[in-house]
Amino acid sequence: MSYQVGGKTVEHDEEGYLVDIGQWSEDVAVMIAEAEKLPLSSEHWEVIHFLREYYTEYQIAPAIRVLTKALTKKMGEAKGNNKYLYELFPYGPAKQACKIAGLPKPTGCV
Amino acid sequence: MADFEVPPLADDIDTAAPPALAPNAMAHLKTFPAAPAHNEALGFPGQLVENWQERAIEKMGELLEKYRSLRVYLDSCVKCGACADKCHYFLGTGDPKNMPVARQDLLRSVYRYYFTPAGKLLGRLAGARKLTEAVLQEWYTYYHQCSQCRRCSVFCPYGIDTAEISMAAREIMDHIGLGQKYSNEIIGKVHKIGNNLGLPEPALANTLEGLEEDVLDATGVNVKFPLNVKGAEVLLVTPSADFFAEPHVDGLIGYAKVFHQAGVSWTLSSHASEAANFAMFIGSYDQMHKVANRIRQAAIDLGVKRIVFGECGHAWRVAYSFLNTLAGPWDFLDPRYPRPQHILEFTHDLMMRGGIRFDKDANAGMVVTMHDSCNVARASGMGDRPGGQFVIPREVIKACVPKFVDMHPDTIHEKTFCCGGGGGLLTDDLMELRVKGAKPRMDALKQVVERDGVTNMVAICAICKSQFTKVMPKYGFDMGMVTSLHQLVSRAIRLGPGA
Repeated sequence: MSYQVGGKTVEHDEEGYLVDIGQWSEDVAVMIAEAEKLPLSSEHWEVIHFLREYYTEYQIAPAIRVLTKALTKKMGEAKGNNKYLYELFPYGPAKQACKIAGLPKPTGCV
Repeated sequence: MADFEVPPLADDIDTAAPPALAPNAMAHLKTFPAAPAHNEALGFPGQLVENWQERAIEKMGELLEKYRSLRVYLDSCVKCGACADKCHYFLGTGDPKNMPVARQDLLRSVYRYYFTPAGKLLGRLAGARKLTEAVLQEWYTYYHQCSQCRRCSVFCPYGIDTAEISMAAREIMDHIGLGQKYSNEIIGKVHKIGNNLGLPEPALANTLEGLEEDVLDATGVNVKFPLNVKGAEVLLVTPSADFFAEPHVDGLIGYAKVFHQAGVSWTLSSHASEAANFAMFIGSYDQMHKVANRIRQAAIDLGVKRIVFGECGHAWRVAYSFLNTLAGPWDFLDPRYPRPQHILEFTHDLMMRGGIRFDKDANAGMVVTMHDSCNVARASGMGDRPGGQFVIPREVIKACVPKFVDMHPDTIHEKTFCCGGGGGLLTDDLMELRVKGAKPRMDALKQVVERDGVTNMVAICAICKSQFTKVMPKYGFDMGMVTSLHQLVSRAIRLGPGA
């Protein structure tokens, strides 16, 4: 199970999450998003970059509220809410956005 | 994810017929097996051991000795059929192996072959069969299509508990190296980090600080979300989804406002930052014990006098029914509160004593119904009266909203349906099962939406909330209908002195 990106092989698990998060790059993100049939807009990239920054600091994806608050600051009230996040990532902001950002899947009752 | 058809909802729940039988309709759906690392972290073999048949039968024998109930359940079925149309997964899929009796028989047949004289002698004639590779695969498939919700046992004249049989089957499979990824990975995270999510202490602290800012912005009141505060009176143990997901977090904000207004000092713990105990889902007493003792350790380290559980269904079953055995005695707690309490008992008690007051106008326009969570409904109680687990949540809701209506009587209280994602099945690889298994609840919801204009459905379990948020849009309902009970409390509670 792997993505092929620019001649490189990037391993993923049964659900498409990267096995080694160190292998992520923007090209890999584009490839994962293609597999998810999701064209990436600048708003998607805002979310992806925030997720990665937060993960680097805290070793976990941000809670939905932390994410919506950060987006409100960057993009305004209209885009800083859960509903808008679902519009961007129809399979759910936590799981689908994490997958594209190369982060591990959030587990538990979520 | 493979495509599948969402079953159409019933026009009339009272006259709806059971589904047409669809043999093996769900035989293709197998949850992902755990990787060796997930199994080994729990002390199970990494992968299927060589002499797995022998080891499985040996383990079955051990469980039959240890749990007398298991042998009684395996011996006492008379095939009366009362359970056949009671399981939400059967009702949603039509697969006869999702009838509780058939699910039990997967294990029962093997039990008969190896442990009963008739089965040994007569084999198939006595409903007995050898444990083969095909049988093992059937176990793996269909014991991961049971959410251990125990609705069938309410209707069984002998009280056979399919959940206990499914737990035993999963324990046998873990024992031979065939674990489930979802549950085993999560239990490993609890041992390592303290919660199902894998949320480390700095991230938890950051999230809680953010919530303090949010509540201050929204209300002007400085409601605290304390973490690891020694000497606090109350330790709140809540599902980690309450820190992470919507609408769960709105419930957490509600608990904090209740503690604030009550003037009770409280704290969360990073060591026990999880109410859930998924070890129950895999039937492992040892793992349950280990997970539960994190709570004991946190309570002792922080010197608290009371333990309160947040909105989590199976956690409340563990707390209410097993915690004393698993992690007691709780002799260091305040003798007035000698056992862990549910947050609803705490809120309800305050409400009855006038310690907190609600303003229904804050929830104006809402017509609310309630989904009873299976583990709370059928495996616990609340307060000091029988049926308190049904009455107390409804009394709190009614105090917070202008209108409450119940769903069909065959779908609430002890007859409630599982949300479709309980018992270790809230995983994306089982989405088809989750969507189809939600049908009976969706049928009942549709009726009150059409008849009474219901706008919100309350749940008191993190799994129910996540499951409904995900599957309700497939049935044409807005995910925003899913509401934490303490989300209503959070909106309605009067804050500040003299409120």
